[in-house]
Amino acid sequence: MIPDLGKYADAVLWSYAVSLGLLIALFVLSVMRGRKVRAEMEKVENRMMRNG
Amino acid sequence: MIALLLRDLKLAFRAGGGFGLGLAFFLIVTVLVPFSVGPQSSLLSTIAPGVLWLGALLACLLSLDRLLALDWEDGSLDLLATAPLPLEAVVSIKALAHWLTTGLPLVLAAPFLGVLLNLPVPGFFWLVISLLIGTPAMSVIGTFGAALTVGLKRGGLLLSLLVLPLYVPTLIFGAEVARRGATGMETQTPLLMLAGITAATIALLPFASAAVLRINLR
Amino acid sequence: MSIAAKANTLWEYANPRKFLATSERVLPFFWISSLVCLVVGLTWGFFFTPDDYKQGSTVKIIYLHVPASLMAINCWLMMLATSLVWLVRRHHVSALAARAAAPVGIVMTLIALATGAIWGQPMWGTWWAWDPRLTAFLILFLFYLGYVALWEAIEDSDTAADLTSVLCLVGSVFALLSRYAVNFWNQGLHQGASVMRAAAVTGADTEEKVSNIYFYPLLLCIIGFVLLFIALVLYRTGTEIRARRIKALLSRERLNG
Repeated sequence: MIPDLGKYADAVLWSYAVSLGLLIALFVLSVMRGRKVRAEMEKVENRMMRNG
Repeated sequence: MIALLLRDLKLAFRAGGGFGLGLAFFLIVTVLVPFSVGPQSSLLSTIAPGVLWLGALLACLLSLDRLLALDWEDGSLDLLATAPLPLEAVVSIKALAHWLTTGLPLVLAAPFLGVLLNLPVPGFFWLVISLLIGTPAMSVIGTFGAALTVGLKRGGLLLSLLVLPLYVPTLIFGAEVARRGATGMETQTPLLMLAGITAATIALLPFASAAVLRINLR
Repeated sequence: MSIAAKANTLWEYANPRKFLATSERVLPFFWISSLVCLVVGLTWGFFFTPDDYKQGSTVKIIYLHVPASLMAINCWLMMLATSLVWLVRRHHVSALAARAAAPVGIVMTLIALATGAIWGQPMWGTWWAWDPRLTAFLILFLFYLGYVALWEAIEDSDTAADLTSVLCLVGSVFALLSRYAVNFWNQGLHQGASVMRAAAVTGADTEEKVSNIYFYPLLLCIIGFVLLFIALVLYRTGTEIRARRIKALLSRERLNG
């Protein structure tokens, strides 16, 4: 499956792992914060509506 | 204007803050270097120009958070902002006062510390010249950093984080002048670049500092 | 359509509500297209391109390194542009977009530095060399850190937007200055180190051209990174707008109650 990377296999695999890991981490953190903030906004907005 | 300068200088002397502390810090850093890299005089004389520049830079940084913070706390900064003197001038005077109390003493002390680090003889002249030209830029840039962080309670660390990257060009050219001077190479190009950076920062950065200070005083 | 009318339609997105509504609509497109581009580009690059005769399989790192480096710089340029828009036209979305972009820029810079170091170890025999390009990137990283730290430190969001905008302007000038200073500084150290010419291979803007086999997957990856960047920034800007709204609502509530 994985092509023969020769003696540099470590370098190539590590750089892909590090980069994709960082990108995924950024994505997950962004989405987590986004969800939290959105839920909180809805909560606050609903409360404001009820209280006028 | 002159009254403001005199007031700032007087305060600096009385508080003893920037003036003595900066110098003492510079001395201590210089003394610690041989402990960390070993006492071989050939090694020390190679790194001496760079170490002295770095020491001067850090000593300069040390006194920055007091530059505007005291005036901010006792409210005299608000007074200065409403005074007829434009804020750009106030900021420039502050920077000048900082340079006179911190930068200039560092320049004068540098040759003596150069002796400790086995600085080669032709290096002394260029070290003093480069610091003399470079330290005003450090004061002006530092004033900008101080203006940015003046309203913050724990601004000290942030101030260093903001100001140090801005010091990079000055450090590169300044230390290059000193290093080239110490090894007897021509120093004209870096010296001109250093002088250019200093002139440009003195001319332009006070506007940014004043703008930032206005935002913070709003 | 005249230019003025066009400009007007663009400025409409300065309205947070309009921005949220529109970004909500286009975001799925950006997410999916960036994912497709990245998956295809990286798979193509990783599985279906031959090894370079000199660099061996490490040439495959190019598909991550070059796009990330490009985006690291473009992100700062975008922050500079949005900071200017905020300072001149006072559109909150603009300032918040700059804030939202900064962490993305940090990650891009980190990827560029990390892949560069991993590539440099077998190729140059060292993880890190004080080559002008590398050094300039490290300095850019420091500027990003300072920018984010300033945003985090200030309570009032308008003051923070103002101060960080000014910092971004001043920082841009100094970053550019550092770039040239660093060029000068390293030349002064060792005259034209020939190994560093290898850096030309990874730089898309240099004379040494990347050959076609590598170019098309690379182009796809670059497009994928651009789309991903846009998607992330749009999404994160939406988050910042909502966070700001929460703050405003809460302070109004406190005022009334």
